[in-house]
Amino acid sequence: MNIYFQTLSRDLRIALRNPSSVLNPLLFFIISVSLFPLAISPEATTLSQIAAGIIWVASMLAVLLSLNALFHHDFDNGVLEQMVTSHHPLALLILAKITAHWLLTGIPIILLSPLLGVFLFLDEQGIKVLMLTLLLATPSLSLIGSIGASLIVGIKNSGMLLSLLILPLYIPILIFASSAVSQAQFGLDINSQLYFLAMFLVLSLMSAPFVSALALKISLE
Amino acid sequence: MSSLVIDKLECQRGYSQLFTNLCFQVNAQEVVRITGTNGSGKTSLLKILAGINTQEQGCVTFDQNVVKSDAYQQEVFYLGHQAALSAELSSLENLEFLSALNQPVAREVLIQALEDIGLKGYADEPCANLSAGQKRRVILASLFISKAKVWLLDEPFTALDPKGIKIVESRIAQHCANGGLCLFTTHQDSALPNQRMIAL
Repeated sequence: MNIYFQTLSRDLRIALRNPSSVLNPLLFFIISVSLFPLAISPEATTLSQIAAGIIWVASMLAVLLSLNALFHHDFDNGVLEQMVTSHHPLALLILAKITAHWLLTGIPIILLSPLLGVFLFLDEQGIKVLMLTLLLATPSLSLIGSIGASLIVGIKNSGMLLSLLILPLYIPILIFASSAVSQAQFGLDINSQLYFLAMFLVLSLMSAPFVSALALKISLE
Repeated sequence: MSSLVIDKLECQRGYSQLFTNLCFQVNAQEVVRITGTNGSGKTSLLKILAGINTQEQGCVTFDQNVVKSDAYQQEVFYLGHQAALSAELSSLENLEFLSALNQPVAREVLIQALEDIGLKGYADEPCANLSAGQKRRVILASLFISKAKVWLLDEPFTALDPKGIKIVESRIAQHCANGGLCLFTTHQDSALPNQRMIAL
């Protein structure tokens, strides 16, 4: 377990010393959301209807943008080889890297979302549910994303390939999360959507680290 | 006595077969130098022994533990072509993580290891500022403090100055005298005594 926290703190330290890699996806998130009112309509009724969808799509793309770097540097400098030859379970080391990724992209997105929600005239109930769905589902985005990132490690110019691999798996999350927010705005019950997102989180937490470990071993050969 | 047994190993890269039916045994206290031309499969062999690559056929065991098992991996240290350092971290932080992957070591031991390898005063220097030889010394420091019995060194003398090469050679000799074993490749002349050659 010790190695989990050591890997986590190492990844956080690297990211903090190279902040542009963390800030780029977040800036993309903010900019893309703030462009919609300019392009569509600044009217409150229109914007509040599409707010949840916009914020969810933008956060998904922001996570996708940040995934390329998840294993890339460690592959290039040979640290991944050392991780594979170590006697510690590779899945545990990968889980630590995924946790670091979520802390650096998922958490800032959750914290920024109420601000952008207000910006798009989302009401209080909508903002609460938006944050709740983000809290439930951004860990799944990082977990599932790690599978794609470990498959493409070592392939040059693989940005498009990653989107093709990962986006189909993200779509159920997108559908259930944004429908939860829009139903909450009408005062409807959203338990079923939240249960689905929670189920997805448990499922990806149980499987993604192991699948990623297998994929990384294949990529390294 | 512990020994590394390689039995009927076969390795293929792409369409070319690098070696088949490779059998040998390395006993404790032995130094084995793997020789061969470029592309003859030296690195592939070491990567199979390190548990990174998978062999087509055959098996590798150390003390009856099969390659890729936890008990086997615990006894193995693989030094590859790359320095395995993150540019953003200092040499001490890099060394701390590399040794934690094997087993955690006290901070004083790490600092001492950096001094022994000739990096005194570089502990807090970001690795981006180190030269190629100095980077190489950081991962060598983690090799020297690891408790692994089997050292698999792929070109350990690359980028090192003559003094550095001397240190590595004496450490290999010391490791083997203490009951370890070492397989390495190099294209340079090595002055290690009692080295057994295996040609691919």
